[in-house]
Amino acid sequence: MSAVLFIEQVLNGLQLGVMLFLMAAGLTLIFGVMGLINLAHGSLYMVGAFAAAAVAGATGSFLLALMASLAAAAAAGAVVEVLVIRRLYARDHLDQVLATFALILIFSEGTRWIFGSFPLFLDIPAVLSGPVTLPGGIAYPKYRLAIILAGLAVAGGLYLLITRTRIGIQIRAGEADREMIAALGVDISKLYTLVFALGAALAGFAGALVGAIQSVQVGMGEPVLILAFVVIVIGGIGSIKGAFVGALLVGMTDTLGRFLLPGLFGLMMDPSAATTVGSALASMLIYVLMALVLLVRPTGLYGTA
Amino acid sequence: MTRERLVNAVILLGLLGTALGAWAMDAPYTITLATKVAILALAGVGLNIALGLGGLVSLGHAVFFGIGGYAMGILASHAQSYSPILTTPFVIEGTKSMPVIWLVAILASALAGLVIGALSLRTSGVYFIMITLAFGQMFFYFAISWPAYGGEDGLSIYVRNGFPGLNTLDPIQFFLICFVLLALGLGLTARLARSAFGLALTSARQNAARVQAVGISPYRLRLVAFMLSGMVTGLAGALYADLNRFVSPTMFSWQTSGEIMVFIILGGVGRLFGPVVGAAVFIVLEHVLGGLSEYWHIYLGALLLLVVLFARGGIIGLVAGREVAHD
Repeated sequence: MSAVLFIEQVLNGLQLGVMLFLMAAGLTLIFGVMGLINLAHGSLYMVGAFAAAAVAGATGSFLLALMASLAAAAAAGAVVEVLVIRRLYARDHLDQVLATFALILIFSEGTRWIFGSFPLFLDIPAVLSGPVTLPGGIAYPKYRLAIILAGLAVAGGLYLLITRTRIGIQIRAGEADREMIAALGVDISKLYTLVFALGAALAGFAGALVGAIQSVQVGMGEPVLILAFVVIVIGGIGSIKGAFVGALLVGMTDTLGRFLLPGLFGLMMDPSAATTVGSALASMLIYVLMALVLLVRPTGLYGTA
Repeated sequence: MTRERLVNAVILLGLLGTALGAWAMDAPYTITLATKVAILALAGVGLNIALGLGGLVSLGHAVFFGIGGYAMGILASHAQSYSPILTTPFVIEGTKSMPVIWLVAILASALAGLVIGALSLRTSGVYFIMITLAFGQMFFYFAISWPAYGGEDGLSIYVRNGFPGLNTLDPIQFFLICFVLLALGLGLTARLARSAFGLALTSARQNAARVQAVGISPYRLRLVAFMLSGMVTGLAGALYADLNRFVSPTMFSWQTSGEIMVFIILGGVGRLFGPVVGAAVFIVLEHVLGGLSEYWHIYLGALLLLVVLFARGGIIGLVAGREVAHD
């Protein structure tokens, strides 16, 4: 195992973590402000990816595709919020889980109906294809590096939005006391729609970025959604900072676990058995991490009880 | 309450009548559908102990369903290849006997329920939902990446396992086995709901602080309820695998967890027979809509959305009135 390979895996872990943050930020924001658990967040990720693939296919422009992913996911989010989600804020979590599960069925089958069952492909733009040589002679795909930077930039932008703008103040106030900010003259239902659309746009953006590395297909959102759940459980539900730390932790643990565990078991057993045991355990590692965090802190790293 | 009892009797007799009628008319496929309803209903009855009585929204009950399925798959595949499961320190052979498989499925589910419950019940509300979901994924990925028992492809069994004195290959006899187990599961839940344990569990759902104040630990109540719930769902998993003579990681998937929960909601939360109605409606929809359109999940989703938003008592609530405590 060389140091170059290791650093490459660390970067891959960072890339996964940053993408998970884009998903988890929306989820945790929606939960923090509206108290809603949204299983359909993965569908919005999928909507973003499909919108990007369709626009890229029609125009050939990756930039337009990214903008389409943001617009489509935000629009889908706003429509769903007004039609369905709005009725769920006062309900218990069970109703929320089921209604958003129903939305997943509708979104997934609807997308399959429009685009068919075959995966679509989103090409990496020519400027970003090929490797880039990092200091130390590490060759790393330019596109993945761009994803990391884009994700970090969005995280920074989100931080500024929440801490420095009027909307951010309203969002934070909404988290603290819903009735009070409604009494102070903020149109709470408009704010909710906005927050939901914002979360949706982040998910759609992540879907489009990842869609260029993997294929764009129905059902792509749910595995990511569940990873994002693990992230916010670890970070503490409602905390954006927790989502960021949790996302990086999960991204690193998953990537490095898959990379290191088979070798680690190779020290103790024969190589083929080590690969089996190592990869089986690596796929469970983040859940073990989650269980450990919960043993120590049942409300997550940055959660409040 | 008498009206709900009447509805319940109609439901149970309807299921039995469908299977017997299909048997008389020599329609084995309909018997298989009825068997599927009975098994999925049993899985829902299991989840209902945690969800309906305990208020524990577990989105990871596929864990138990899958454990039951793999208990059957592992035991039967070893019996079918005449290779022992374990040779050291003592020999454990596979088996093709249903009662033994059921017992193993139930015990394994109880153990999993103990571990998952002990960890997950430290939290509540939305954390609990997400954690049970995550544990489900953990088992799912483990089943996929562990090649010894088929990995992603799953395990096939050539001949359905046996039950002493019965021919399980005959659809109607296998249906009757599943039907009796479903009735036992329903009876157990009904007794449980009326027992001191069930009453305490219900109070813990409604007001945990008061239960704590009278000296009962809500955590322990919930843990036992979660285990019992998992054991029943695990049994259903073993039956389901036997019905298909096939087990695969899909049984562990989170969609399976979601569907088991959908049975309860379609039928009505907190209703003893909710899962039976829900499973029956689900299978009928799958069969009827699935024949009409490849995209029948859209209609299922729309129906589910309507039930959650506008008919909160579920189907039984619509038929039998809403006099059940729903909090």
